[in-house]
Amino acid sequence: MARRICALLILFLIALPGSLIADGHPIRFGVTPVFLDDQLAFLAVWKAYLGKRLGRDVVFVQRGNYREITDLLRSGKLDLAWVCGYPLVQNREHMRLLAVPRFNGKPLYRSYLIVPRDDVGTRSILDLQRKVFAYSDPDSNSGYLYPQFALLQLEQDPGSFFARTFFTWGHRKVIEAVASGLAQGGAVDGYVWETLNLSHPELTGRTRVVERSPEFGFPPLVARPSLPQADFLALQEVLLTMGQDVEGAALLRRLNLDGFEAGNAHLFDGIARMARTVGGGSNAAALP
Amino acid sequence: MLQRFRDLSFRYKVPLRACALVVITACLVTVSMISKEYDELRSDLLSNSASLGRVLSLNLVAPLLHDDAWRAFEIISTPLSGEGDNPLLTAEVILVLDPQRRVYVSTQPTHFQMLSDPARVSPEFRIVKDWLAANTQVQPTQLEPPESDRIFVITPISADGVDLGTLVMQYSKSVFLPRFYSIAQRAALITLLVVAVLIPVSWWWGRRMAEPLVRLADGMAKVGPRIPEDREIALYESKDEIGRVGVAFRRMLGELREKENLEREVVVSDRLAALGRLAAGIAHEINNPLGGMLNAISTYKRHGNDDNDAFTTKTLSLLERGLLQIKNTVGALLVEAQVKSHPLSPQDIDDIQTLVLADAHRKQADLTFANDLRGVLPLPSTLVRQILMNLTLNAVQAVHPQGHVYVRAYIHGGSLFLLVKNNGTTIPAEVMPHLFEPFAHQSESGHGLGLWVTYQIVQQLKGEISVQSAPGETRFTVELPLPQDEG
Repeated sequence: MARRICALLILFLIALPGSLIADGHPIRFGVTPVFLDDQLAFLAVWKAYLGKRLGRDVVFVQRGNYREITDLLRSGKLDLAWVCGYPLVQNREHMRLLAVPRFNGKPLYRSYLIVPRDDVGTRSILDLQRKVFAYSDPDSNSGYLYPQFALLQLEQDPGSFFARTFFTWGHRKVIEAVASGLAQGGAVDGYVWETLNLSHPELTGRTRVVERSPEFGFPPLVARPSLPQADFLALQEVLLTMGQDVEGAALLRRLNLDGFEAGNAHLFDGIARMARTVGGGSNAAALP
Repeated sequence: MLQRFRDLSFRYKVPLRACALVVITACLVTVSMISKEYDELRSDLLSNSASLGRVLSLNLVAPLLHDDAWRAFEIISTPLSGEGDNPLLTAEVILVLDPQRRVYVSTQPTHFQMLSDPARVSPEFRIVKDWLAANTQVQPTQLEPPESDRIFVITPISADGVDLGTLVMQYSKSVFLPRFYSIAQRAALITLLVVAVLIPVSWWWGRRMAEPLVRLADGMAKVGPRIPEDREIALYESKDEIGRVGVAFRRMLGELREKENLEREVVVSDRLAALGRLAAGIAHEINNPLGGMLNAISTYKRHGNDDNDAFTTKTLSLLERGLLQIKNTVGALLVEAQVKSHPLSPQDIDDIQTLVLADAHRKQADLTFANDLRGVLPLPSTLVRQILMNLTLNAVQAVHPQGHVYVRAYIHGGSLFLLVKNNGTTIPAEVMPHLFEPFAHQSESGHGLGLWVTYQIVQQLKGEISVQSAPGETRFTVELPLPQDEG
């Protein structure tokens, strides 16, 4: 049934020149700090690009943390969002995998453990006991879930291992917190760190990467399940083919990504396993 | 040094003092300007930091409630991020202390680490903590630990009266210094300009003030054995104290001169009186034997032998003439005051004119008589006539041909005045003191007793005689008081 409707829609789309999508309301695109979402100029260009490709207005929606974006998506107030793998595995029934970015040729990334540059002694997370530690977001895999998991693997209690922890609500700010010395260690999205290392080496240069985690599925773009299939496909099409035109390629370069692929739900199985180990979801008890 | 300054002339001392006053005033004004500026700077800092503290503490309420350390860090970092801001109003470090007074976040996280005791890092925070323990204020407060170059502005962070923490902003006083230096530099420049303008003015003014004093001192220095004349002393004419001193000084000089004149006159009249007494004594001593000798010759001529030979007669005549001449001379010296004579009438004065007229004609002199007397005066006419005769003859003698002689007799203030003046030869100054002495200035026409006799007569009549002689006019004035008739 769905497949037939889908085929009809495709036909309908082909019949319509300019690939105009059915109803007129703008596409609402929620973004989180899984990438450098604080570059408003970049978002403006991307919005224009997507709008032109889709033939519809695109509105970017930014919020202070992952949770709010997740909630907006769950309540249908967003059409799609770029979230982390951790919220995805926690909200499988509310999110439909739309696309996964490819970074360094793979739809994978790592979590980095960073310390201030002046700290030359720290060799592992164990050396940061009784120190101040910066997480990015309680719903972030690389910036929260993985370090919690890693401590558990090392038979440490994540709730009392550090003297103090705090959330910066963004990977970039974790790097800033560690660079300034406010935190003596931090967990950060490896992709964000590497991208910033290209554009702002003076900031990343004040930090030192101590540990790199195993690879996990890259923070994906997800759609609300209720999004019309036509819209879903149109969006996926635009994303997957971004690298094929000059403007799209330029945007991908700015994102420091190779492109987007349709992805596979199993990419995030590792994150799901860790989530089960740590205790499922943003645990209020884990908050400092 | 001090002594040397004390000895300095007012010509320099007064200007120096004025200049010193200018410099001191300028310095005081500068210092007060700088201290005022410093106070303003401090109150600026307080008001600015207080308002900043209020804004920050308000914004920090939510992050502290939610324990959002990163947000709190971002908030307190904002005031320090502006590079171009006024460094004066930029804190060195801003801290948020938790209710246990540990560091919640700070803008120097490596220095003031989270959860650390700030007093361990900086001992001055011990004072801040003590103050916080003692005070529960809600307003921003400025705290200045003694012997510290820091100022702390403390702002409590609270919501609904619940203490969430404390915002502490630390300022360094050293940030005042550059501003302070620039103010001091500007003030010093203005002071120098003012001094550069005022110093010459005050120097000139000081000298002007000192000048009258200097002149007075110079004038006083001239007073010695000789009393200087008024024209030799240049004094400032004014009614101020120095002017009054100058006036008194002139008056003193005048009185000194008058005293000197008086002394000279006393010496002269004393000498003349002594001479008079001497002459009278000698004349008296001579007159007695002289009278005897003349009597003897007269008796011999009348009752002598008939066979008086011619030789004896001739010899006796010779003796008699010689003795008579001595008698005349002695008689002239001895002024007889008690001579019986009728009171003075205007006619007596007119007679003198008649008597002298012949001499005047001989000299071709112009004789003018002004006789103001109307009626008889109780003065011995013989003596007054002798005085007037002597003076008038002298005057006629003194004038050059075609010269003028003026004689006047008048009453003034109960005295008879006789004025005789001529435009003849001036009496030399060295002669003046000895003018009335006998035989002082013998001439071919007299034995020099005329003025002596005149003086003696005036003295006996209790009058006064004075002489003024200047080129063009020599004037003799005789004042004879009229005896007061009883009734």
